Parts: sequence; structure tokens; C-alpha cells
Amino acid sequence: MSAVPLWVQLSNLFAAVLLLLAFAMLAQRRVLSLIDLFAAQGFALACSTAIVAYATRQPHLFWSAGLTLVLKVILLPWLLHRLIRQLDVRWDVEGLINVPTTMLIGIVLVVFAFNLAFPIAQLASTVTRATLGIAMASVMLSFLMMITRRKAVPQVIGFLSMENGLFFAATSATYGMPMVVELGIALDVLVAMLILGVFFFQIREQFDSLDLKHLEKLKEHE
Amino acid sequence: MSASAFLSQLLQLAIALLLAPLLLGWVNQCRAWLQNKSAPSLLLPYRTIRKLFHKDAVVAENASPVFRITPYVVFSAMALAAAIVPSIATDLPFAHAADAIALVGLFALARVFIALAAMDLGTAFGSIGARREMFVGFLAEPALLMVLFTASLISGATLLPTIVETLAHRDIAIYPSLAFAGVAFTMVSLAENARIPVDNPATHLELTMIHEAMILEYSARHLALIEWASALKLFNYSCIGIALFLPFGIAQGSTDWTAILGAVPVLIGKLAMGGFALALIETVSAKMRLFRAPEFLGTAFLLAVLAMLVNLLLGS
Repeated sequence: MSAVPLWVQLSNLFAAVLLLLAFAMLAQRRVLSLIDLFAAQGFALACSTAIVAYATRQPHLFWSAGLTLVLKVILLPWLLHRLIRQLDVRWDVEGLINVPTTMLIGIVLVVFAFNLAFPIAQLASTVTRATLGIAMASVMLSFLMMITRRKAVPQVIGFLSMENGLFFAATSATYGMPMVVELGIALDVLVAMLILGVFFFQIREQFDSLDLKHLEKLKEHE
Repeated sequence: MSASAFLSQLLQLAIALLLAPLLLGWVNQCRAWLQNKSAPSLLLPYRTIRKLFHKDAVVAENASPVFRITPYVVFSAMALAAAIVPSIATDLPFAHAADAIALVGLFALARVFIALAAMDLGTAFGSIGARREMFVGFLAEPALLMVLFTASLISGATLLPTIVETLAHRDIAIYPSLAFAGVAFTMVSLAENARIPVDNPATHLELTMIHEAMILEYSARHLALIEWASALKLFNYSCIGIALFLPFGIAQGSTDWTAILGAVPVLIGKLAMGGFALALIETVSAKMRLFRAPEFLGTAFLLAVLAMLVNLLLGS
């Protein structure tokens, strides 16, 4: 057991924290706390990437860790906070299913993801390959969060946190993607956030609410 | 099985029986300090128990034998559990008779008896207390089992002494799974020992009681035994927590008496810290509504399952 070097232990720790935060976001009822949790997840991701970068001596991973820190810990939460303030939507998030049931479904998803990732992780040659299961689990949990939430803002946070999971998967399976791809994704996320922000205003103007069940109606008058 | 092992077993049992009320007094004292009140004496639980033993017992006319034997069953279950959990030494004759799963069963036995006794007289508060107790119990038990399974997976055994020996001898490493399991165990212990987020041990309001509502009808020596048993339960849970998460300092092997005697002050130190932490948790948190308890204990279950899964996946 002593053969495991400290940096792998630390990266495992951050992987576990990432999974825990994914569950915390799934259970969180308030929008503002959800944004804070999202920022915390981004921070754990940046730490884990920086540790892998330091241990494997890959300078470009430092850049992506820095990018994660600036974009997902500072910029996106700030944008979301501003959006919440402008839309004045501090309501409690209503889920479609109650919290304990969502958690149980989440556990089933985690078991599924771990089983799915196990054969893939065998093929990878990195030391951090064991955390691939956790990355897939966080992607699926974010997906679950997008499904179970009715309002627009939590769905977008779910989308952003799914990107966190994908990023973590790339780091743990292949020590990160090429810099060009990462920059592209980062820009995409930022642009998506801005466009979705505009969408929020449009949706609210049309329906006086951000509840997405209004979008399911095709006609204006039944 | 040597005479020395028997002696250490007896010593451990005696320490558990004697120290359990002191732990309760210490928690109460810490809580009073933290809330800026003047603290009751450390020895108050002993005085309460002595006072109750000197009184005449009153038993309702329609009480069945279940009501009479319950205090003895509950007390002996807790005393047996105190003999099984390795708190100062690991070479205990009793500890090899029952593993961690049987220990959970022993706690369940005590719970079933006390709930039956509460319903026995047919009083409204007793029935409410019994139902709530079973409600909390059925949510807490799976989480407790998962915590124990996590420790068992790491050490490869369900026997508590083996778990302690493995965990105390491993290298210093970061175990995310043990951290999750530790948090889950703390939450389960709070619920099982009727402490604040779930139940309030100091309440006088019958409608919100869980544990206290069940023992409203008991008096004198019966009540003394039940109070002593709940102090022992708190002691046992603390010792399980110490055995799983802070096993350093527990003597291994039965012949080395300096180690065994040296383990006693270490145990007292750890219990003092644990008691202070408990008082701190109780001071900073408020009692939840009863129907929030499933969420609280669901979180504990989730953390414990995550600990197990993370341990399986990462091997740490």
C-alpha cells in the first residue's frame, strides 16, 4: 500500500471530493448554494489537474488548470450570480422527484458508471486511470440533475458541471486533451453561458416564469 | 485463551461500565460551557443513577412481563456490546464471539425490546416514541452496516479486533473512503444516540420526544438501568468510532500489560475529545423536524455507500 505515491493519493482524494460535490449539487435545493457548489467543483478540478500536471511534468496541463480556475471558479459563477440578481430568481429549486429518491438513483448511476469505466480504465496507461469511473459518474450525475430539475438555471448549471466531468475524464484517461481543443471547449462553454443567459430573459419575457414545462406546449391556446 | 486475556476483558468491561456515565456528564458539561451556562457536576449522572436505585419502583397495573424485563435486556445487550468492541485491547475472548454485523444485531435487539415495552402500556406518548424510534432505526441501520462494510473491505475481515489491528498497522495514507465513512458514522451515531439534529435529550416537550417518550413510564431501578444503558450506548458508539477511525494506541496482544494499562489514558483522552466534539455539534445545530430525518440519514447512507464504492474503485 505504501507503493502508492502521494500525488496519486491526492488526486484520488480530489476525485472523491468531485464525486461528493456532484451528489451535493444533486441534493441542493437553493440556486445560490448550487452556484457555490459548482464553483467548489471547479476548484477541486483545478487542484486535481494541477497535481497531475506537477507530477507528470506537463506544462500545458498547468495552463488548463489555470484556465479552469479562472473560468469555472471565478468567471462563470460571477456571471451566474449576476444573472440571478438580474432575473431576481432566488426561489428554492423544485425537483421532479424528491431528494432521497434522486440520491438512490444517483447511487445506481455511480455503480453503473464504475462498471462501465472498469474495462476502459484497464486499457489506459496513466496512473490516474482508476479515477475514470468517477469522471463518468459525475457526467451521469450532472445529466441526472438536468433531467430532474424543472427550472432553467439549475439545468444550465447541470450542463456546466457535465463539462467539468468530461474535462476530468480527459485528465484521468490521457493526461488532458491538446491545448487547442481545451481552449475551444472553454470558449464554447463561455459562449453557451452568454447565449443561455439571453435565452433566460427571452423565456421569462414570453412566459413570466423560468419553468420549462411551459415550453412543452406547442400551441398558445388549447 | 489465557487468563491474561480474560483479565483484560474484565478490565475493559469494568472501564466501560464505570466510565459511561462520566462520558455523559462530560458531554453535558461541555455543552453547558459552550452555551454560556453554569455547568452541572461531572458526577451528576452517577448521582442520578444512585438516587434512582434507592427509590421504590412503580409499575402500571396492566404492564406485561415485557415491560419488566426490558430494562435488564437493554442493559445486558449494551454491556455485552461494550465487551465486544475493542476499546483498550484487541485480544478479547468475547470479541471473537461476535463480529461487527452481530454487534449491529445486538443494538437492534435492544431497540426492539425498548420499543415493545413503550407500546406495552398503550399510552399515547409511548406508542409515538416507539414508532419514531423504529422509523429512525430502520434508516440508521443500513448506513451503519455500510460504514462497517467499508472498514471490513479495507481490512478484509468483519471481526472488530482484526479491523483494529489492520487499520492501526497500515502506513499513513490518505483514505478518502475512510473520511466519507467517518462523516457517515458521525451522522448515524447522532441519530442512534438520540442527540440533537434528530432528537433532543434535554427536552421537556413530550410531542417532540423520541427516546424520552419511550421511557416516560419507567421509574426507580428500571429507569436507572435504562439511563445507564443509554450512557453505555453512547460509550459503545464512541468506542466503535475510535476503533474504526482512530485505532492508534489500542493494545494488541494480551500479555503486554504495560500496553494495556497505557491504553486506558489514551482511551480517556480520545473520549474526552469525542465528547467535546459531540457537544460542539449539538451546540451549533438545531433539532430537525422529524420528517427531515430521512433526508439526514439518507445522506449518511449515501456517504457510506460512496465510501464503499470509492474504496472498491480506487483501492484507498
